[in-house]
Amino acid sequence: MRRPETETELADLVASADAPLQICGGGTRGVVAEPNISLAGLTGIERYEPGALTLVAKAGTPLAEVEAALDAEGQRLPFEPMDHRGLLGTTGTPTIGGVVAANVSGPRRIQAGACRDSLIGVRFVDGRGDVIKNGGRVMKNVTGYDLVKLMAGSFGTLGVLTEVSFKLLPAPEARAVVLVNGLDDSQAISALARAVGSSFEVSGAAHVPVGVDGHPVTMFRVEGFAQSVAYRAGQLAELLKDYGEALIETDPEKTAAGWKWVRDVEAFHGLPGDVWRVSVKPSDGPRVAAAVGAERVVYDWAGGLVWLLVDEGRDIRPDLQGIAGHATLVRAAASTRSQIAMFQPEPEPLARISAGLRTQFDPRGILNPGLMR
Amino acid sequence: MPVPDARVMSKKARLVDRLRGVLPEDAVIHDPAETRAYECDALTAYKCPPLCAVLPSSTEEVAAVLKICHDEDVPVVPRGAGTSLAGGALPTADSVILGVARMNEVLEVDYDNRFIRVQTGRTNLSVSGAVEENDFFYAPDPSSQLACAIAGNIAMNSGGAHCLKYGVTTNNLMGVTMVMMDGSVVEIGGAHLDAGGLDLLGLICGSEGQLGVVTEATLRILRKPEGARPVLMAFDSNEVAGQCVSDIIKAGVLPVAIEFMDRPVIRATEAFVGAGYPDCESLLIVEVEGSDAEINEQLELILEIARQHNPVELRESTSADESARIWLGRKSAFGAMGRINDYMCLDGTIPVSELPYVLRRIGEMSEEFGLLVGNVFHAGDGNMHPLILYDANKPGDLEICEKFGAEILKLCVEVGGCLTGEHGVGIEKRDLMNVQYAEVDLEAQLRVKDVFDPKWLLNPSKVFPLDATKERRS
Ligand SMILES: Cc1cc2nc3c(=O)[nH]c(=O)nc-3n(C[C@H](O)[C@H](O)[C@H](O)COP(=O)(O)OP(=O)(O)OC[C@H]3O[C@@H](n4cnc5c(N)ncnc54)[C@H](O)[C@@H]3O)c2cc1C
Repeated sequence: MRRPETETELADLVASADAPLQICGGGTRGVVAEPNISLAGLTGIERYEPGALTLVAKAGTPLAEVEAALDAEGQRLPFEPMDHRGLLGTTGTPTIGGVVAANVSGPRRIQAGACRDSLIGVRFVDGRGDVIKNGGRVMKNVTGYDLVKLMAGSFGTLGVLTEVSFKLLPAPEARAVVLVNGLDDSQAISALARAVGSSFEVSGAAHVPVGVDGHPVTMFRVEGFAQSVAYRAGQLAELLKDYGEALIETDPEKTAAGWKWVRDVEAFHGLPGDVWRVSVKPSDGPRVAAAVGAERVVYDWAGGLVWLLVDEGRDIRPDLQGIAGHATLVRAAASTRSQIAMFQPEPEPLARISAGLRTQFDPRGILNPGLMR
Repeated sequence: MPVPDARVMSKKARLVDRLRGVLPEDAVIHDPAETRAYECDALTAYKCPPLCAVLPSSTEEVAAVLKICHDEDVPVVPRGAGTSLAGGALPTADSVILGVARMNEVLEVDYDNRFIRVQTGRTNLSVSGAVEENDFFYAPDPSSQLACAIAGNIAMNSGGAHCLKYGVTTNNLMGVTMVMMDGSVVEIGGAHLDAGGLDLLGLICGSEGQLGVVTEATLRILRKPEGARPVLMAFDSNEVAGQCVSDIIKAGVLPVAIEFMDRPVIRATEAFVGAGYPDCESLLIVEVEGSDAEINEQLELILEIARQHNPVELRESTSADESARIWLGRKSAFGAMGRINDYMCLDGTIPVSELPYVLRRIGEMSEEFGLLVGNVFHAGDGNMHPLILYDANKPGDLEICEKFGAEILKLCVEVGGCLTGEHGVGIEKRDLMNVQYAEVDLEAQLRVKDVFDPKWLLNPSKVFPLDATKERRS
């Protein structure tokens, strides 16, 4: 495993590489099975300006280090990145670059956008070994093409990230969770739609058919100043009363744990089977679950993000034909991975464009080759 | 602009014939008296009528037009409403203007899944208009929203006063139907939150009509807040106002808008619309949203911070009427400055912490160049809009103004910012791209265009320095 300590060292390494580079940050996200190059040596927060709500960090900086620095100033990454370790059984230290490369976004995505929406600048080494920058450290920037977005979620196939910049949000003073128990999937999705379509600024909307106590639970989160949170939680409970009694939980530890449970898909931890992640329009969520006939399901993003636990080795994509969206195979044995692509194959002419971009950024095809096609 | 290609000019008759073969007669405009209508956008200092203009009504018609132009090797300049301030929709004499103005239908509204699908010729404001009766809205709100089209908003990744909270176009765009230069049609994203594969949606948004012609868009819609209320704060120095902005942000409140105006702009708007602003050095309008109680809670905190900066005046709105008056001057600012003289509107972004320094430097440069500047902008995100006043009829004034503008933009880059926060590069800032980006950085962007438009026919003379694209364009 090579572990460059500087951007220049990394650029030299890529330029002189004569075999495929399998890239990892902390290796916690199960993307590359046998990495041979780690970014964990490129660390440090380079600039953090609380008054401008911006932060710049080297790609290998541990996510925890970034979050701790923000916490100390009462700020946070808006998109609530999940921790994949429990779900995948991986160990190691998640890095901020890995978060970006995989565009990892949690429950707050419905309100605050995905990782790519908070990302405002990147530096990366392309497949030629050139160091390229795009964007910067200001919140609004339309100077030239937005390669910043392109790099988010490109899983190392277009370049190796060395530095990432974000816009941030203030961390809220208070949080409340409204809970409705016992709904079936379609009732739950309807309740979620009503809540996120209200003016009460819901920052989390999830449904778990088999909750901690074995029964369905539907969860809604509001965050902000204390009075406002109390008001909105009350209004939501009222709005949802057609669906059953709504309970309001405000205990900071319980509510934090509850959303971590959703974010990290803890309902699947320790259970056997493959894990799929399906992105569809929220009202199609229950159709996805029904079409697949999954063992277990977790709906996040008001139903638009469907986590499925299914029998090992089974390709669910044929079952989902006719439902617009895409399915990613998040957890599976190596034997399954060799049969079923991790990412949903793209139709033409999209596939041709994506392949064209990969060739332009990585003409020798040495960066995580084969991963996204 | 580059010299028009004589080879293209000479085949006008054949081209018009072929275009008429795929479009209704009134959708192909080639009479020089009529093509004049397309000779410029809102950057009116530059004008050039196109070879011809076409106004297709569907994605299929757009595809047919592009196929022909691709076949004939004719450059195409996409056009929405022509309100670009960067010359993005400026034609060349050898190009076809492809206007999407006739494509303005709402295709689908889905409140449960919170999206609207429209043809991109639809104006920004009428997208919100289509969902207003159900209390929903489309968040990005450029000041030009009455006129500008979603097509241009996507191409420029436009922002607005409220993007501090809601983000700019790219954060609210879920999917597009786009026609490639060769006439093939791609669907990217849709009603689901995350498009799969590489983030092509993010790449297309802000690509200034150089990667494809976007004909339909799926946009996120949101429920309107219960209410909103602005406060007006007047200060006797720009530094203090800048510091106040920074302190508000640090305090953990997230207003929907923090707008800034300086003395020249305040005076101009007073003379124009008489909004009743205090005569002061600088003025902030801060708006928050929510229920009454929530608004009070946030405003209390904001006013507390403002008081620590010795404001000349704090004016809290107590009625819808007062709110409208607070916004009136800000919303008329560009018009007010336009009454004094011609102006050039810049759009650089800087780190918020650099506001006081940059405002001071702009003031100093204003004296050096002998041209008046007014500043009115989105302070919360550091997106500045210096308006440089000049006299278009006075020989040499435009040139001095452009030099001055370039110096301001270089200053923005120098302090860690960028050339343009929401208006785009177009032709206006094309030659400054080297200030912000090294050659490899630009090359990486050019290679993206190579993928989408290998012949370099779509809006080819924009965004990048002409000598950097010369070989590709010929
Ligand atoms: C008074 C005034 C105030 C303004 N305020 C703001 C503001 O607050 N925020 C802001 O961001 N901007 C603002 N603008 C700038 C301008 O309104 C925006 O850039 C707007 O998005 C342009 O939209 P349009 O439809 O007029 O596009 P056009 O001017 O017609 O075109 C703009 C660009 O889009 C490309 N394009 C057009 N249609 C398509 C298509 N179908 N497919 C691909 N590319 C296409 C064009 O080639 C061109 O490069 C303002 C302009 C004015 C005149």
